[in-house]
Amino acid sequence: MQQLVNTALGGLTLGAVYAAFALALVLIFRSTRIVNFAQAPMAMVTTFIALTLIDAGYSYWIGFAAALLSGLVLGAVIERVIIRPVEDKPEINAVILTLGLFITLHALAAVIFGNRFRSFPAPFGLRGLEVGGTTIRLTTSGIFTIAAVATVMVLLLLLFRYTDVGLRMRASAYNPEVARLLGVRVGRMLTLGWALAAVVGSLSGLLIASGGLVHPGYMDSIVVYGFVAAVLGGLESPVGAVVGGLTLGLSLSFVSGYLGSELVALAALLILMLVLTLKPGGLFAVASARRV
Amino acid sequence: MNRFLDVWRHSVLGRHLLTALIGLAVVVVVLESVGDFRALQLAAMAYLGIAAGGLTVLTGINGQISLGHGALMAFGAYTTALLLDDPTSSMPISLVVLASTAVALLVGTAVGVAAARLHGPYLAGATLALAIAVPGIALYFGSFLGGEQGLRVSLPDVPVWALDLEYLLTGTEMSRSQYVAYLGWITLIVTFVLLANLARGRVGRRWRAVRDDEVSAELAGIQLGRARISAFMVSAAAAGAAGSVLAITARLAAPSGFTIVLSLTLLTAVVLGGLGYLSGALIGAGLLTFLPPFVTRIGGDAGLSDIRAAELAPLVYGLVMVLVILLAPAGLVGTTRMSLAGRRARRQMAAAGAAGATTGSPGTTAPHDSSDEHDPGTPQASGSTTPKGSTR
Repeated sequence: MQQLVNTALGGLTLGAVYAAFALALVLIFRSTRIVNFAQAPMAMVTTFIALTLIDAGYSYWIGFAAALLSGLVLGAVIERVIIRPVEDKPEINAVILTLGLFITLHALAAVIFGNRFRSFPAPFGLRGLEVGGTTIRLTTSGIFTIAAVATVMVLLLLLFRYTDVGLRMRASAYNPEVARLLGVRVGRMLTLGWALAAVVGSLSGLLIASGGLVHPGYMDSIVVYGFVAAVLGGLESPVGAVVGGLTLGLSLSFVSGYLGSELVALAALLILMLVLTLKPGGLFAVASARRV
Repeated sequence: MNRFLDVWRHSVLGRHLLTALIGLAVVVVVLESVGDFRALQLAAMAYLGIAAGGLTVLTGINGQISLGHGALMAFGAYTTALLLDDPTSSMPISLVVLASTAVALLVGTAVGVAAARLHGPYLAGATLALAIAVPGIALYFGSFLGGEQGLRVSLPDVPVWALDLEYLLTGTEMSRSQYVAYLGWITLIVTFVLLANLARGRVGRRWRAVRDDEVSAELAGIQLGRARISAFMVSAAAAGAAGSVLAITARLAAPSGFTIVLSLTLLTAVVLGGLGYLSGALIGAGLLTFLPPFVTRIGGDAGLSDIRAAELAPLVYGLVMVLVILLAPAGLVGTTRMSLAGRRARRQMAAAGAAGATTGSPGTTAPHDSSDEHDPGTPQASGSTTPKGSTR
């Protein structure tokens, strides 16, 4: 019973991180129809920036803020300089481009920050909380993770629902031509979308790093889990991404806890294939005719 | 000589076989003149070339992207390691390579069936998941597949006939490294002839049709699913053969050898050389083999530590990949061919103009003007203006 609860709680924490990453992928896919595989190394680079600052003696929160800010800049620059030229090209070009970015950022980080494992501090305690005499596997850091992702969710929801910029961003994602005719600077909205997504991606990178080890490849598998989570949610809905992330986190946690941690990636592949075969539009898709 | 020219002009199969013969001769000359270190390096180029050849057929000709070819190579490599594990068995090495190919073909069929329904980012994501998942299998069955350490590959002795042949030709002993390199390059030549024939024939035309326009292809009676699955199978088989050669070259099949980096590296080779061109895949594989030591040395000279300097090579791949897609999506071979075809077309146009006909300005119809708008695998312009028709 205790193992069940602990596995579930571990899964929820992990799921929150996947949800954040999936959210980043969805934000970009919605506006530019590109799955940004480079999201993982982008988040990794910003985490290393945070780590460098923290190691230099600054507080955790300064590093945290710097990582999010550098994510914002990185996302905007990458969209503007590298992605813009292929936005109206065949989709395979964009896929290859983001993979090229993947390799580039990966190698760049290894050259600049080194290729060894480095420990990343946690903002809060890593001891399990005590509930009714037994220790459960929910740490203060875990609670912070879930709270941070929930906050980002709410902020994004508010942005898209209730602000002018959010409306313009939705318009340019929904129908760029009409939006442009109505005076929306679609290009800027795309840049903003990438920047926001990169911030959310950076957040997930920071959350997964906290209390653990980072090295240039530590986000590589997360991009797959984030993608699976996003597909679970339909690749277009932010809410779907979060639900997908939590579902995936729980499932993978159970696989890891009961079957063996080596099989986690295989389980993710299996879930992905099942979803794409049975419900290609995601778990919440209304019957649709779109081809995947 | 005229007979050869005749075959070259009129028979596709003849052309491929002649090219293969010339290639074989070059391989023999090169391998006889290099030392053991270079021979092993060339063997590495061979397995990268085989896998990249398979991938270029899939991505360039059929339009499906795969980030899981490293994983398919792993299946080939582990099969080879298991088959060569038993020192008492006298299975000839060619059969081992074939068996590895068959295993990868089986896995590839399963993946291909699933992948046939997907396109673009979905396919990329699914195959990426495959690349991440497969090393886990080796860890899970640690007692059988060696876990993190992987399986050592014991290379069988060089067969007597090969030793004899070598002695007859050059009067020297064939070293193991040379033998491995020969094995790799002969596998490469066989694979490339098969791939080239498939790509030029009916099957290849179907693959291209599916890539260019699904609806038209379906209207023309092509079954999309079948074409996609067959392309994936062929490509996976090539990856299996490549994995087998890799295992024999590296004498090891371990999960760390088949990371996502390998899959992405293969994609780099293919994109760099030009999607859809086998020659491009070979050039890409060559660059992947010979660039890293070069770049690493430059990095070392510039004062970087060895570990960091080793990361300069992937940095160059990544940058090159981004630049190729942005600036010359047809890759090295594609861009060269298009500019050659463009020049030829202009020359013909000029000749026609000199003959008195005033048909349009020569500059506007030069094919390479519009080449950037095509997706990397479809330099259609090169076909329409050359007198021989498409050269692919």
